[in-house]
Amino acid sequence: MGKYKTPMLDELEKGPWPSFVTEIRKAMNTSAMPEMAEDELGQLEKSYVTKKGYWKHGGIVGVLGYGSGVIGRYSSLPEEFPGIAHFHTYRINQPSGFFYTSAALKEICDIWDKYGSSLTNMHGSTGDLVLLGTTTANLEPLFAEYSSRGWDLGGSGSAMRTPSCCVGMARCEWANIDAMGICNHMTQHFQDELHRPAFPYKFKIKVSGCACDCVAAIARADLSIIGTWKGDIRIDQAEVKKYADGGMDIQSEIVGMCPTECMTLDGTTLSINNEQCSRCMHCISKMTMALRPGEEKGATILVGSKAPIVVGSLISWVLVPFIKCDDEDFALLTELTENIIEWWDDNAKPRERLGELIEVKGMRPLLEAIGVDPQPQQVREPRKDPFFFWSESDFDK
Amino acid sequence: MSLPERQTDVGPPHFEKFLPPVIKENYGKWKSHEVLTPGTMVHTAESGDQIHTVRIASPRILATETIREMCDLAEKYCGGFIRFTTRNNVEFLVSDKAQMDPLVAELKEKGYMVGGIGPGISNVIHTQGWVHCHGACTDASGIVKAMMDEFHEYFTTKTLPNKVRLAVACCVNMCGAVHVSDIAVVAVHRKVPAIDDENVGKMCEIPTVIGSCPTSAIRPNPKDKTVTINEEKCMYCGNCFTVCPPINIHNPEHDGVAIVVGGKIGSLRTSPKFSKLAIPFLHNEPPRWPKVVDAIKNILDVYAANARKHERVGEWIERIGWEDFFKLTGIEFTFQHIDDFTFMRDTLRTSAAFKY
Repeated sequence: MGKYKTPMLDELEKGPWPSFVTEIRKAMNTSAMPEMAEDELGQLEKSYVTKKGYWKHGGIVGVLGYGSGVIGRYSSLPEEFPGIAHFHTYRINQPSGFFYTSAALKEICDIWDKYGSSLTNMHGSTGDLVLLGTTTANLEPLFAEYSSRGWDLGGSGSAMRTPSCCVGMARCEWANIDAMGICNHMTQHFQDELHRPAFPYKFKIKVSGCACDCVAAIARADLSIIGTWKGDIRIDQAEVKKYADGGMDIQSEIVGMCPTECMTLDGTTLSINNEQCSRCMHCISKMTMALRPGEEKGATILVGSKAPIVVGSLISWVLVPFIKCDDEDFALLTELTENIIEWWDDNAKPRERLGELIEVKGMRPLLEAIGVDPQPQQVREPRKDPFFFWSESDFDK
Repeated sequence: MSLPERQTDVGPPHFEKFLPPVIKENYGKWKSHEVLTPGTMVHTAESGDQIHTVRIASPRILATETIREMCDLAEKYCGGFIRFTTRNNVEFLVSDKAQMDPLVAELKEKGYMVGGIGPGISNVIHTQGWVHCHGACTDASGIVKAMMDEFHEYFTTKTLPNKVRLAVACCVNMCGAVHVSDIAVVAVHRKVPAIDDENVGKMCEIPTVIGSCPTSAIRPNPKDKTVTINEEKCMYCGNCFTVCPPINIHNPEHDGVAIVVGGKIGSLRTSPKFSKLAIPFLHNEPPRWPKVVDAIKNILDVYAANARKHERVGEWIERIGWEDFFKLTGIEFTFQHIDDFTFMRDTLRTSAAFKY
């Protein structure tokens, strides 16, 4: 037992689901500063009683030469809970796809036990390996220990945020693009933008290998890179028959739920009118043994998604319907990304996300800036009212 | 003891260092996969090679002691190869099929929950809450724990018409995908913030504060070097508080949570959808938020009983209509449900055809 009575939090150590309270308690066993986790529990219990948080707004702390990666956090009750007077967040940029070896993870843990609270988030919402709770004095030692072993800081503030991706080609047959390769490349390419905030606001990049979008790129990234294909879905008819023999009602579950009605079933033979297919992934995701994406791979580039602040949440919309991503160092994609960011950086007001800027300016200036033609794939439907802009260049056509 | 030499802008380690040999050899050459149980699956490559995956739940907040224990298990059964999913589950990457069942057995024996794959409830995306955020008006981890103690069988064994993605955000900043989840909890304020006039002048940039307001409810008050808030326009988003701490949006008595439903991310069958408001307000009731858990259980039960196979919550609601959703769930429809914010026009019914 620690020095605080925590009857409310004790309730959350009961029940079958793994308990975060137990984790906070366990942190006291390993940290060189066990008072951190202990006072975290004490303050959290108080929050549960009063229904109120006790953290101050983040202060400006960091490591030399960086403006990102560390978020200052201070208790508003430092006298009552001195162990968390400083309780800063240290964001380690995760390896793409969240793959680790036990040796690497244990090394990260050893350093964190020495210089921090022993508490982590595996992982934060953006994707970083988040270390929760250290002091200002320990930031430089932490950075020396981690960076010398190849673990750099992630992004924070008005900067490029740590790019993130799905498992991609490492363990998924639906990966139409090398999501992990692209994510790692973008992260390395934008190190300066990641570590030294110089943007109007945050800029997030997420990469998913297919339209299932396991990293929620379409909902949570200013730039959403989502793998897709051209050409025919590959069908293994013997496996289709196995699904039928195994009791799947292919007619209603697959053919009947196809949004473009491009499939037919004759006995146990499945046919697809690929010209009509919108590549939504329903059939492929339900018949994993029988169906595979087509062979000409690439990505759809969508832009604009974000959470509700300030004027409402946005889901990303199509900017470039198809771009190849198999060139050396993803050069096409990287150039496109740079051009999009440059247009945003040149035009956005402070705290204006890419999607909000496009709402203000319209799609045309961005499309012209990046040299992409208007295409019906970019809209759900054309405008309905007869108000529209003309520019001189339109009259020359 | 001296510190090692720091390096700058090296970025993260290349992921290749952490891939098991079978993944390196078959990178980009996977052919198919099969879900074996809600906690195990096998991927097969064109070469015929296979990798087995065992998935367990995590509270996301992990002590290093727990991470080490997971690492020990990974070393014992799968060469130390371990990864995390985008929903914060933990995955053991097992190259030797014979090791899968013993690993599952030991995980269960140690109290880990094996599951999270397929049409059920996987781990809950959530935010920091009172544990670590200055803006939180609820505790995300606590609500998640209370919810999943109730719904854990959907993680380990029971199935639903399709996957149901749950999320919890401790304020409307939504550091997580609440706005596109099947069922999600988002903490909300209901009272105009209290302004500490003296400190606004000292600590805040007035133009930034005015610009932060989505409803133009904030006006300058140059005489007192502060701002005033038009109570009729304020929608309590708290963005002014984010840029100016002396504008205090917190009000424990009136803060609580809303429940939103029907969002989805994938493009499968229908386009990605935003979550929409189901329940505008429930009080914070720590430590176990029983009314929140009951409300979600009700929605989940009605969905499970009425949706067709493969329909996500949002697809089911669109098929039956929102009027039927409120009827079937018994949730009261209020003024708060009718949008009067940015995208209002798109949400009103422009047809004389509807159900009673």
